[in-house]
Amino acid sequence: MTADQATKIASITIHEPVIHKTPGGIHPPDNKQQSLQRGLGIAPLPEKLVLPLNQHSGAPATPIVAVGDTVLKGQKIAEPSGSVSAAVHAPTSGTVTAIGLHPVAHPSGMNAPCITIESDGKEQWCQRNPVSNFTSQSPQTLLASIRDAGIAGLGGAGFPSHIKLSAADNGQAIDTLIINATECEPYITADDQLMRSYPQQVVTGIQILAHILGQPQRILIGIEDNKPQACDALQPHLQSTGIQLAKFPTKYPSGGEKQLIQILTGKELPNGRLPADMGIVCQNIGTVHAIYRAIVEGTPLISRITTITGDACAEPQNLETLIGTPMRHLLEHCGYQAQAGQPVVMGGPMMGFALTDLDAPAIKTTNCLLAPSTAEMPPQPPAQPCIRCGLCAEACPANLLPQQLLWHAQARNHQRLQSHNLFDCIECGACAYVCPSHIPLVQHYRAAKAELRQAARERIKSDRARERFEYNKQRKQQAEAEKAAKREARRIAAEQAKATLAKTHAQQEQTPTEQASDVVQAALQQVAAKQASPEQQRAKLERSVNSAESRLQRLEKKLAEGQAESSDAPLSEEQVSGYQAQIESARLKLTETQQKLKEFNNGQQTNLEDKVTAKVLASPKQTADKKVASLQKRLTGIEEKLAACDDDDLRQALENSASKFRSKLQDAQQEASALAANSGNDKPVTDPATVAATQQALAANKQKAPLTPQQQVERLQQRMQKAEERLATLSDPVQIDALQTSLANLQQKLADAQRALENP
Amino acid sequence: MMHASQQPGSSPHTHTGRSTARVMQLVLLATLPGIAALVFYFGWGVLINLLLASLTAIVAEAAILKLRQKPVGFYLKDYSALVTAVLLAVALPPLAPWWLVVTGTLFAIVIAKHLYGGLGYNPFNPAMVGYVVLLISFPVEMTRWLTPATILDSGANLPGLSQSLALVFTSSPALDGLWDGISGATPLDLFKHNSGQLVEQFYQGEVLFSEGRWAGVGWEWVNLGFLAGGIFLLWQRIFTWHAPVAMLAMLLLLALIFHDGGSSHSLGSPALHLLSGATMLGAFFIVTDPVTSATSNFGRLIYGALIGLLVYIIRAWGSYPDAVAFAVLLANFAAPFVDYYTLPRSYGHERRRRATEQQE
Repeated sequence: MTADQATKIASITIHEPVIHKTPGGIHPPDNKQQSLQRGLGIAPLPEKLVLPLNQHSGAPATPIVAVGDTVLKGQKIAEPSGSVSAAVHAPTSGTVTAIGLHPVAHPSGMNAPCITIESDGKEQWCQRNPVSNFTSQSPQTLLASIRDAGIAGLGGAGFPSHIKLSAADNGQAIDTLIINATECEPYITADDQLMRSYPQQVVTGIQILAHILGQPQRILIGIEDNKPQACDALQPHLQSTGIQLAKFPTKYPSGGEKQLIQILTGKELPNGRLPADMGIVCQNIGTVHAIYRAIVEGTPLISRITTITGDACAEPQNLETLIGTPMRHLLEHCGYQAQAGQPVVMGGPMMGFALTDLDAPAIKTTNCLLAPSTAEMPPQPPAQPCIRCGLCAEACPANLLPQQLLWHAQARNHQRLQSHNLFDCIECGACAYVCPSHIPLVQHYRAAKAELRQAARERIKSDRARERFEYNKQRKQQAEAEKAAKREARRIAAEQAKATLAKTHAQQEQTPTEQASDVVQAALQQVAAKQASPEQQRAKLERSVNSAESRLQRLEKKLAEGQAESSDAPLSEEQVSGYQAQIESARLKLTETQQKLKEFNNGQQTNLEDKVTAKVLASPKQTADKKVASLQKRLTGIEEKLAACDDDDLRQALENSASKFRSKLQDAQQEASALAANSGNDKPVTDPATVAATQQALAANKQKAPLTPQQQVERLQQRMQKAEERLATLSDPVQIDALQTSLANLQQKLADAQRALENP
Repeated sequence: MMHASQQPGSSPHTHTGRSTARVMQLVLLATLPGIAALVFYFGWGVLINLLLASLTAIVAEAAILKLRQKPVGFYLKDYSALVTAVLLAVALPPLAPWWLVVTGTLFAIVIAKHLYGGLGYNPFNPAMVGYVVLLISFPVEMTRWLTPATILDSGANLPGLSQSLALVFTSSPALDGLWDGISGATPLDLFKHNSGQLVEQFYQGEVLFSEGRWAGVGWEWVNLGFLAGGIFLLWQRIFTWHAPVAMLAMLLLLALIFHDGGSSHSLGSPALHLLSGATMLGAFFIVTDPVTSATSNFGRLIYGALIGLLVYIIRAWGSYPDAVAFAVLLANFAAPFVDYYTLPRSYGHERRRRATEQQE
């Protein structure tokens, strides 16, 4: 058996990967030859490298260097923040000269946070940790290394690679590993060049991925049939590796993850699911090479292959490019001559975007810079009306109806946009490419998607607001209901009381008993008995005024002495504030006592009798009338305020309370008129319960009747003794002082009491 | 040729280079075989119709664009008015009075097209609206067809250019005599008046059929001409096969069922239905009008089949000999409804969705 036959048998036993058809797609001129004529070049080291902190999808990295720091090639300069993020490394040795906003490659032309490194030209490497035998490493260790190397999908989206590769580690069974070498966009040849230049490295990279994913049964390299040289370069390295090369006819957009999965497995990725849910992991071939470098060479992601092409470049070529190299530097290296009005596109002509500033740096996802001439891409004529020819629907790889989506996008019909699956649009641009009316369809879809997302956010917000409002309303209603129930209960109680009263009256008329006025009289007498004579009261008040005055004076003096500079024992800050607090309270006490004395002298106390009498004698009718009067007064006040008010919110609140008062007033008026109609005679409340309560209160007061002079003297003496005992045990000057003051007071009181005893 | 995007930053930045104008030009080009056959069998009248309709359409389009304050040059260059004019003109009887052609074209362009919003917004096919308006308003003029040149009685000839112009633009009684020798029924019209004869017998008695190969002298070649143009457009991917094939298939199916083996109750042979009247013109130039048809491929199958069904029903049991215009307008009504239920199943979805559904 010849070697030829042996390979034939081998190729028979390993069945060829089946290629499935996908809907839609277009065949634009591929324009790939221009950049493949000169082989792989190396972009010269620029003076300055600018590293955006967000070159990937997810959260921006956090800088861990400061301006002025010296960095080495490959040194980490920014840490990933959060799980979906990627680290950034210095692409060369040099000095950090700036950390701040700088123009970046973004469709909006925005500036973003970047770290700027001025290169020292030495290309001095930091410490690297190559792994000679990756099979001896655990998948977890390798994943950590990949994360540490800042690797994010080099195909375009820039999704941090370690997350996709953690699928097996997270318990998902992965049976298919798909390496995306499709490169279906016209002009771009970065992956093609990579496979031609580094076939062995790429294959080792795939083996590393297979090891991390627990050796999937099928490992496929998906590649379009317009790259025969790349296939030839890879083929010898694939012998007995189990890795299959799956070639399929060139069609745009076969390189989309969903499309590639369909081509190679015949399965569609169910709406809203990830490939890992189907046991599939997809990685771009450029990413695979970056992973190879990270593991086997210990080199983080600091460079990639970028295609510089388009007729505005005299020497289109693929360049090994340091991340952070300004676009202008790369273009100039390839003989770029700017043409008026012509954009430079990052990415391919189908999905790339025009750069607004050529100072923006190349990033991890910069696979191509396309500088077309005017002849190559003349300005697009203005859009004509859609004639619904349906060419777009024929081109759509997602089986959508782009013409209907346009119609509904223009009408802002969100419901129809959703039922026509707008969010399944991958923005590949095939529809706009074939549109005979030159309608910028993708732009319409992007705007419509943004609008739908915004609407969804606002809907959530308004839903929450509505829920809040409804909860509040419910709560208020509940409170109202409770109030109403209480009011009702009170009303019933009042009616019952009235009924009892009527019954008592009936009984009273039959057997007249004690008059109500007698009860009041008795109560008054008892209250009066509790009071000391006016002279005694005045003397007492005068004493407390005096004592408060003297205490205040003493304290002020002490504080002044303590604060004086000449003082032998200066007071601490604490003591000063202590004194100040005491002075303040003494002053308060003084004002209070003075006020009391004044009131007493004015004879306000004489009102007491009237008040008690009024309250006890008030008939329900009077009470109700009084209530009406007070409510009316408050309502008038509110209405006045309302008339003067011009703030809408406040007005609302005032109106609410006005109406509340109005209803209260109405209730009160009804009550009053009902009482007037019912009783006719304004008899005071003298039901047994009220009488009993009054008597009880008076009895309690009686017990607190004044002590005899003899008892007073004895008690004061006791208190003085106690105070003196305490004084002996004290050491704090403030406390001692306070005690001394009260001792003086007691002494005064004692003297008064003794005088009273001697001259009764 | 590729075009950079009009607004920098919006992908894609390239384009096939195919424009609406190019699509319309191809459609015009594809009508040539049919027109050639028409001219061969019916003479100068066909060309006069075409010229009159085209001029009217261009003038009317320009005037209404001006009224609507749209850029006249930009829209005229899309050739859509010309397509409407040509499709209407080939459907009108040759040597029809000039005002008939002008009225029909004006109605098609001004009312059926621009009053509904212009290109892309008209719910009904403008040429067919124009045709139906004329058919209802001027039935005599609209049904006065000519006898194909090859089977004219000996001594009779189709009028020359000057005579034709005179017939079209003047109504002098002196020319009335001319009509007697040259006017004649269409095959569908003729067959409708078959009273109780076997199809074969009937065919033998009528020169139009006995001299013809499948479906009447001249008409079969006119239809084959439009079929050829349609196949050309299919090859150029101007439209998909769904609507025309569905229409023809439905027509064929019904004709097979009701042909009845050529008995005296026969409603016409499949060949008669497929190759006479406006069948092929309708199938490839009217039913395929994207603006007024259903949008998805599945929807177009239903739309086409519906037209086929309506054409047959009206031809067989209605009072008009042909029915493409009515069938198309009725299906135009139904197209949005068909669209609601025929959305394609998008990638990653288990089933097709309804346009009216709220959430999946």
